[in-house]
Amino acid sequence: MSVTAFLTDSTLCIGCKACEVACKEWNGVSEDGLEWSGFSYDNTGAVGASTWRHVKFVEQPPVPGFGGNVGEQTSWTFSSDVCKHCEQAGCLEACPTGSIVRTEFGGVFIQPDVCNGCGYCVTACPFGVVERNQKDGRAFKCTFCYDRQKVGLQPACAKACPTESIKFGEIEGLRREAQGRVEELHRRGMDDAVIYDPLDSSVEGTHAFFIVRGDPRSYNLPPTPEVPTVYLKNSWRSSAIAAGLLLGGTLLAFLSDGTRQNGRGR
Amino acid sequence: MSDLLPLRDMDERELQREKRLDDIRREAERRGKLEVVSTRPSGAPFPQASPESGYYGIPLLKQPPWTWEIPLYFFVGGAAGAAAVIGAIADYTGADRELVQHARWIAAAGSVISPALLISDLGRPERFLAMLRVFKPQSPMSVGVWTLLGFSSGAAAAAFAGFLRERYGPSLPLKVLENAGQAASLAFGLPFSNYTGVLIGATAIPVWNHNAGDLPLHFGASGLGAGVGILELLGHGKSRALQALGLGAAIFESWEGVRIEGRSHYHLDPLKHGLSGVITRTGGALSGPIPALLRIASLWGPARRKSSLRRWASLSAIAGSLITRVAWVHAGHVSARNWRLPLQERTSEALSKKLDRVAEQA
Repeated sequence: MSVTAFLTDSTLCIGCKACEVACKEWNGVSEDGLEWSGFSYDNTGAVGASTWRHVKFVEQPPVPGFGGNVGEQTSWTFSSDVCKHCEQAGCLEACPTGSIVRTEFGGVFIQPDVCNGCGYCVTACPFGVVERNQKDGRAFKCTFCYDRQKVGLQPACAKACPTESIKFGEIEGLRREAQGRVEELHRRGMDDAVIYDPLDSSVEGTHAFFIVRGDPRSYNLPPTPEVPTVYLKNSWRSSAIAAGLLLGGTLLAFLSDGTRQNGRGR
Repeated sequence: MSDLLPLRDMDERELQREKRLDDIRREAERRGKLEVVSTRPSGAPFPQASPESGYYGIPLLKQPPWTWEIPLYFFVGGAAGAAAVIGAIADYTGADRELVQHARWIAAAGSVISPALLISDLGRPERFLAMLRVFKPQSPMSVGVWTLLGFSSGAAAAAFAGFLRERYGPSLPLKVLENAGQAASLAFGLPFSNYTGVLIGATAIPVWNHNAGDLPLHFGASGLGAGVGILELLGHGKSRALQALGLGAAIFESWEGVRIEGRSHYHLDPLKHGLSGVITRTGGALSGPIPALLRIASLWGPARRKSSLRRWASLSAIAGSLITRVAWVHAGHVSARNWRLPLQERTSEALSKKLDRVAEQA
């Protein structure tokens, strides 16, 4: 089976949230976003345990020409966020139960029947995607519709997207498509269109890349995500030094203690 | 009015929402801008997304889902691991039998309390055994669970065999069990006393991973201070070895405090400012300079004053160790809530210092 990916093109997104609904329906994810947030038309805020697809409503200061406006109205763009399915996935490496696995399609999948809710993957995700469901106790995130992919269907969100803003397909073809799309956007005068796919960070690229206009940080996409395994070497070295100091120090302290009794007294 | 539907009964939650909308409206009319909760990017007629504030200042990272058990587990594990090492070394070097016994009992108590705390923190405690279906060297949690398993088995076996030996007299199987358990509790106690530093260091939380190379040493010294403190309070306030170890741990913790305070980097802000900063500094003072000074002062003077000073130093180090663990976990939460941190380009501390200097000169 080929390795697959999502390409989410925010220049085509109309903010209809059909992907959110389709995801919830197919995967049986519980309701949320029922409190007014005050942030545009977004009451969910971020992807989480009960939001595996999340449409961001990005309001920015007026930019003349941006989205065809004359410089008086707010620039308004939408972008459907999702688990990035990193090539080097922090959650997968951190999971102590082996519940999180890489599927044959290249996605990162939490096996719900193994997860025991330790929550370590939550702290390991550089994109803040994985979250523990408070009622259920286990960690949840986008499954990349593993069940649908297994039988040759595309993920529910991509299928439901009415503008093909969410594209799904074989990863290399999709990367080329993203490149072509950005070049086309540049030709049409949208110079600020960029691909977000952190290939040069320790995450080594994702299986869900995005086309956004302007600075990806406005979309809460971190410029340099790091997979936490990069800190391991330094940290274990420190641990080994600490253990050595404890052993050596204790030996020294007791050997130089003149008051100790001789003989083991057993 | 007749064509309007009558207002339906509103429950408490809906009333709260109505009230909040009224508050927001009043605030907007009064000041021309909004700074109430969840309209944080202020100064605009509408909340804005920008490279500086990210997506309306909504935190990118998720906070650790851990509850109060985890900082307590860090404390118990640190103290128990250090106590096991002290007990084993004291036994091998032929020190006071009572000291060996007490150290073993502390380790054994930790070997029971630690798993209980760890399991009760799980979202699905009944699935704790899922941790034991794999061993993953790249996951500090997995390495830690296996270390805990080895430590707990060893420490519990040594204490139990020792108890049986004293009660029913020595026998070969008991001796084998006791010695093997003690050796295991020493071997596993060494990493067990400080691995929790690796556990939180190798995460995506900025304030933790920025100190990944310091945390294990810091937590190890903190655990040693607490282990020594508990032993001294159990009546070993005259042991010179314990005095030396307690002094060493306190001096190391003081140095660690100097290191944290001496570096200026925005990733370290939760350790210095706000409530988490106060907790960190309280924990640091109680586990570093205060016990160090008390222990140095206890080197001279009449015996009664000496033991009193050492008792206070022990109490201070124990409290400091517990507060330090609480402080680091709390700082992690503050750091995860700060939406700015993950959006900044990751710069090394050396580079950011250089940039600060350039900015000062300009």
